[in-house]
Amino acid sequence: MYALTEEQESLVDAVRDFASSALAPHAIEWDQNKHFPVDVLREAGELGLGGIYAKEDVGGSGLTRSDAVLIFEELAKGDTTIAAYISIHNMVVWMIDTFGNDEQRHRWVPPLASMEQLGSYCLTEPDAGSDAAALTTSAVRDGDDYVINGVKQFISGAGSSSVYVVMARTGGAGPQGISAIVVPAGTAGLSYGANEKKMGWNAQPTRQVIFDNVRIPVNNRLGDEGTGFHIAMKGLNGGRINMGACSLGGAQWALDQAVHYLKERKAFGKLLVELQSLLFTLADMETELQAARGLLRRAAWALDTNAPNVVSLCAMAKRFATDASFTAANAALQLHGGYGYLADYGIEKVVRDLRVHQILEGTNEIMRLIVGRALVDDAA
Amino acid sequence: MKIVVLVKQVPDTYGERILDPATGLVDRSGSDAVIDEIDERALEVALSYKDAHKDAEVVVLSMGSAAVTVGLRKGLAMGADSAVHVLDSALRGADVGWTSTVLAAALTATGFDLVIAGNESTDGGGGVVPAMVAERLGVPPITYLESVQISDDEVAGERGTGQGKLRVHAALPAVISITERLPEARFPKFKGIMSAKKKPFTVLSLEDLGIDPAVTFAGVGRSVVLQTTKRPARASGKKIVDEGNAGVELADFLVAGHLI
Ligand SMILES: Cc1cc2nc3c(=O)[nH]c(=O)nc-3n(C[C@H](O)[C@H](O)[C@H](O)COP(=O)(O)OP(=O)(O)OC[C@H]3O[C@@H](n4cnc5c(N)ncnc54)[C@H](O)[C@@H]3O)c2cc1C
Ligand SMILES: Cc1cc2nc3c(=O)[nH]c(=O)nc-3n(C[C@H](O)[C@H](O)[C@H](O)COP(=O)(O)OP(=O)(O)OC[C@H]3O[C@@H](n4cnc5c(N)ncnc54)[C@H](O)[C@@H]3O)c2cc1C
Repeated sequence: MYALTEEQESLVDAVRDFASSALAPHAIEWDQNKHFPVDVLREAGELGLGGIYAKEDVGGSGLTRSDAVLIFEELAKGDTTIAAYISIHNMVVWMIDTFGNDEQRHRWVPPLASMEQLGSYCLTEPDAGSDAAALTTSAVRDGDDYVINGVKQFISGAGSSSVYVVMARTGGAGPQGISAIVVPAGTAGLSYGANEKKMGWNAQPTRQVIFDNVRIPVNNRLGDEGTGFHIAMKGLNGGRINMGACSLGGAQWALDQAVHYLKERKAFGKLLVELQSLLFTLADMETELQAARGLLRRAAWALDTNAPNVVSLCAMAKRFATDASFTAANAALQLHGGYGYLADYGIEKVVRDLRVHQILEGTNEIMRLIVGRALVDDAA
Repeated sequence: MKIVVLVKQVPDTYGERILDPATGLVDRSGSDAVIDEIDERALEVALSYKDAHKDAEVVVLSMGSAAVTVGLRKGLAMGADSAVHVLDSALRGADVGWTSTVLAAALTATGFDLVIAGNESTDGGGGVVPAMVAERLGVPPITYLESVQISDDEVAGERGTGQGKLRVHAALPAVISITERLPEARFPKFKGIMSAKKKPFTVLSLEDLGIDPAVTFAGVGRSVVLQTTKRPARASGKKIVDEGNAGVELADFLVAGHLI
């Protein structure tokens, strides 16, 4: 489990080449100008980043979750925000590839895998976040169509995406009343809210998605009626470890910057790296990040092998990696002194970007809820 | 069309490159080994031809230590169809004479319509291996090409001289070498990386090539490194103060350095 295969080394090398040439040189500028680089995402698609674990017959790369955590860590070293968006896009692609029938897979996955089209995941609503099963967006059957009404909140990529996987209520209350429906951009009655002003993740849009009598053929539904919540949660297992890996990549980059900085910066007649308290800070950052890496790889392995405790392992890996990485990135900022606070150094951007990973795809409190419940139930 | 691309593994130019004064050999453990960038560009010439001519076959060929495997696999990941690695401990520290003899023998074994090489390597920098290989194979060399057009029975392109450009062409089979004017290589794609391991990868020893060093190289001249000198520490740059003719001085400086 610890040594990478020769292929994994090559995958990481390829991602490093891409991230360091196509993302890193622009990351600060995209953040400052709130620019979502769809052209660069297309290049990412050519590399194979659009359908990392989608099957090859529909243009996917056919890789494993264990490959994916390595890929997302490396990608995030170039730009945490873009890496995180690519993770969400992959979650959408995987849901269609896994739960769609053959006709649906061939219709939607190829242009998503090449990233000529982008995807959005629509679960959260203004009044249903952590308690997502309380969602109220409705899809009412009318002949061979569903008529969808409601509002989705905080949707990443909204307005730029071509494909929206929407969790909507087709039945009674609770998770069993929810179905996953693919809504293409341009459908009459579909509109978007303003691009939210945010603390970080500025290089990707976050908007409301608004459904006003949106008519969608029933055969746009993924899987059976009532399985939408299950599909959405399955998607999140992988999404969570990817978010952990994106956090890890950002924090590792920040740690590397801090090491260089302390080796050059002098105060009180000494290099900062000679101050033991600072050296210990670096040591703690390194240790926490290595622990996060270990847990992420363990969770990815659980997902690849469909291990029984996979949900809990993904939740704890997400919780630990996003917390440890945010703390490490914040420490890297502190170690840079005032310069860490300047946009030019890129560190403050990583801190702002990583903050939201503790909130989305299930808050870290919800992760504790999952881990704690599994622990108590298993003991019963 | 069978195109063989010659790729050499060299110490990464980003790192420190070290010569071992005792043996006169490059200390290959001292830095990351990568495919010479110029050879990646040579591969790109072959692959872009293959993009337009699906039946073309691209082979990457390298002579070098066991570490070359990684570079050849990258070539396969980028899109080459097969790889040939000449690996033999007797070749340690081979000079251009040996290198070109061995590469010519390997090319005879694989067969080729066109051989594409870099103009000069970033480590040895001899700039002669492609021409020597062509000589040994008895086919025309056209070297230092700044553009390349490949047709069914001919290869053509432009070759820069100090003063202008020559348009040159040769009937196939032929050997060409290319300069940095040609485009950068593509990134390997995930699918290419995953399929690289399934592609044919041949390792050849000198014996496989019918070469017995004691016989083949007997009485043949051999370059030996007698002495090495460390590159002097970088001197501080030259400052030109504008007293009305800075432009001319700048131009003179660049001309003296053959930079314009
Ligand atoms: C930038 C950004 C992008 C996003 N992108 C998407 C997207 O693409 N698609 C999508 O569907 N959603 C997206 N989200 C939404 C995100 O998943 C939710 O914000 C998140 O799930 C939390 O929901 P909430 O904001 O409603 O918080 P609430 O659920 O209201 O939670 C408020 C606080 O209460 C805590 N809490 C709630 N319930 C419990 C409990 N039972 N036990 C303990 N503590 C609890 C929470 O942890 C949190 O601290 C995005 C959010 C942001 C900020
Ligand atoms: C001081 C010194 C020490 C050296 N030590 C070593 C050593 O320890 N080990 C060692 O292996 N070499 C060593 N060399 C390199 C070796 O002697 C020559 O460099 C080598 O024979 C090729 O010549 P070149 O690099 O000058 O080729 P050039 O003529 O500059 O190369 C042009 C092109 O020819 C092709 N080509 C050249 N060599 C190869 C190859 N081996 N396989 C495939 N294609 C090739 C490539 O396409 C290349 O771009 C050393 C060279 C010097 C100067």
